[in-house]
Amino acid sequence: MTDSMESAFSQKPPRATAQIEDLALPGELGFDLQEDLAAVTVSDTSRGWRRIARGLLTNPSSLLGTIILTSFAVIAILAPVIAPCPVEEYPRQRVYCGRDAYLVPKFGHSTQPVPPNSEHRFGTTVDQYDIFYGVVWGTRTAFKVGIAITAAALFIGLMMGSTSAYYGGWIDETLMRVVEIFQAFPFFLAAITLATILRANPRFQGTLPAVIALIAFSWTGYARLVRADILSVKQREYVWAARSLGAGDFYIIRRHVLPNSIYPVLVVASLDIGTIVLTFAALSFFGIGVPDGYADWGQMISSARNRIPSLDKDWYIVVFPGLAILLFSLSWNLIGDAFRDLLDPRFTGSKA
Amino acid sequence: MTAYIVRRLLLLPVILIGVTILIFVMLTQLSPTQRASLYVSDVPKRQAELDRVIDQYGLDDPVPQQYVRWMRTILHGDLGWSKTGKEPVVRVIFGHLPATIELALWAIAPILFVGIQLGILSALNHNKLPDHVLRIFSILGTSLPSFLAGLLLLMYFAVVLKWFPTGGRLTPELQRLVDGPTWNSVTGVYTLDALLNGNMRVFLDALHHLVLPVLALSYLNWAVLLRVTRSSMLETLRQDYVRTARAKGMTENRVIQRHARPNAMLPVVTISGWLLIGLLSGVAITETIFNWPGIGKRFIEAATNLDVVTVLGFVLFNGMLLIIGNLVVDVLYAYLDPRVRLS
Repeated sequence: MTDSMESAFSQKPPRATAQIEDLALPGELGFDLQEDLAAVTVSDTSRGWRRIARGLLTNPSSLLGTIILTSFAVIAILAPVIAPCPVEEYPRQRVYCGRDAYLVPKFGHSTQPVPPNSEHRFGTTVDQYDIFYGVVWGTRTAFKVGIAITAAALFIGLMMGSTSAYYGGWIDETLMRVVEIFQAFPFFLAAITLATILRANPRFQGTLPAVIALIAFSWTGYARLVRADILSVKQREYVWAARSLGAGDFYIIRRHVLPNSIYPVLVVASLDIGTIVLTFAALSFFGIGVPDGYADWGQMISSARNRIPSLDKDWYIVVFPGLAILLFSLSWNLIGDAFRDLLDPRFTGSKA
Repeated sequence: MTAYIVRRLLLLPVILIGVTILIFVMLTQLSPTQRASLYVSDVPKRQAELDRVIDQYGLDDPVPQQYVRWMRTILHGDLGWSKTGKEPVVRVIFGHLPATIELALWAIAPILFVGIQLGILSALNHNKLPDHVLRIFSILGTSLPSFLAGLLLLMYFAVVLKWFPTGGRLTPELQRLVDGPTWNSVTGVYTLDALLNGNMRVFLDALHHLVLPVLALSYLNWAVLLRVTRSSMLETLRQDYVRTARAKGMTENRVIQRHARPNAMLPVVTISGWLLIGLLSGVAITETIFNWPGIGKRFIEAATNLDVVTVLGFVLFNGMLLIIGNLVVDVLYAYLDPRVRLS
């Protein structure tokens, strides 16, 4: 597959008869042929951002997703206002949220969780961490982690995939073998493995091991996607047309190939943010993602692991953070699905 | 098609070696001291012991030499010593494998039958109420992490309703029976062994303990399978040969059974293959939540306790299975699709 598409990029299309550019120099025809042809052959994308926004808001399910996501964004931004660190009434919290806002305030040392009351709106976990604070600041963690990991994986995948697709040949083959090797591991187990190894190293603390681990095994998906898209776009008529007008490689990539290849990637990325947050929550649930007492939804639920027989009384430990995870992921899924429906009918290149 | 299979088979050793290299690279991220301290307790006081271990196992040698040595031990079937399991890693894996296999085995049929049927149902009722309900279910399913689903299932069905136990494979007294001398443990899969031992009580008890974990394993696969089957079915129903069949006067039922379903199943087969392969690794979370003594639970325990050797051993084992499994699925798909087979 690489070879035939390679030629589309490196040779001019076969010339059957005299081309129009043989006859006319710019200006001779009374109009600028080059410019007009370029305008016509510009990628078949009339998918302006306005169209996307309109599509997003008219579809009921994606509207729901957008509303939920915006609410989460608002909560994340207003976190210090909604759940401020109660250092004044409880000076001991200086050690927790006073030091680092992402450390959840801890109220005491008993191992009996406290149900929701006036003091703790969502109750406390088994170790007396305030769930409300955890859920609110956990929103920030979710956004940070989800976007950071997806962006990094996307970037690396984009670099690798486009290099692979552009150069072809043995570079392509080697890179694709590397991708296959990384993908040979089951994603979740591999992420846990790398996170564990990094955690054993005192240089990597906090959320870093889990973040690095998740990036390391997510970039491969994007690399394959980008490569497939670029390879298929390389064959489109407008690339040939631009070529026949003498456009250079980089111009074609910048103006025609990239804008068209990037949309399916964005669809996958938006769906991925939801999934990454789920996986990260699972990691923190097992204590591998974030340190104890960090404001993360999975971390908040983790204390319920040993209280299964009494889960009917301790329901709030599971339900409140759980609802946050569910809604967050749901909103990204809805939006990602809407993106896909918006872009799909016009775009058949994403399956190459 | 044979060219495709041959190519995949030729690349197989490359991938396998690549996998071992990647794992070994991860292992070398730990310094020799750290690796030695996995086997020496109370490190600060026993520096001499540490140095002895480093010397004995050659943890200070150049990396390629270590890799070769490591590969040799692997090929001899030695995956190291498990700190958390207190036995060789291979023994941990194969000792706990039957439990995981039992769970995965019982999950296959529900996943496939329910998932595919729901997908077909959804497609046949395109844009009507069943379709909408099922699509909502599908999207909720993919938004719910499996540990949360497991916890919620336990919370409602085991603790509140008390219909099912809160974990484990058997009630303690029956477990004692199975572990005891009168029990003939052929496979380690309790349901199978119960039938072989002719003990219906154990069989039913094992099933009773299987319901919730299987449900927790299945719902995510249902959500995915439903969506894939649905879109594949819709795609097929739009094809020209379906219109021809209808124009010929075939009953709708026959059209679906004879033409639509078989062709729609093709992508479903591939996806199902991947889902089933993913089962062996997906059980990790479910096993931990339901206290199911399988390899997944051991893996998570090792990871939480920073038992790197066990973790790497497991992931190597699992990775190998996955590669072979993927190869089988790909070949199967290439064989089943007449377009590929006859090309």
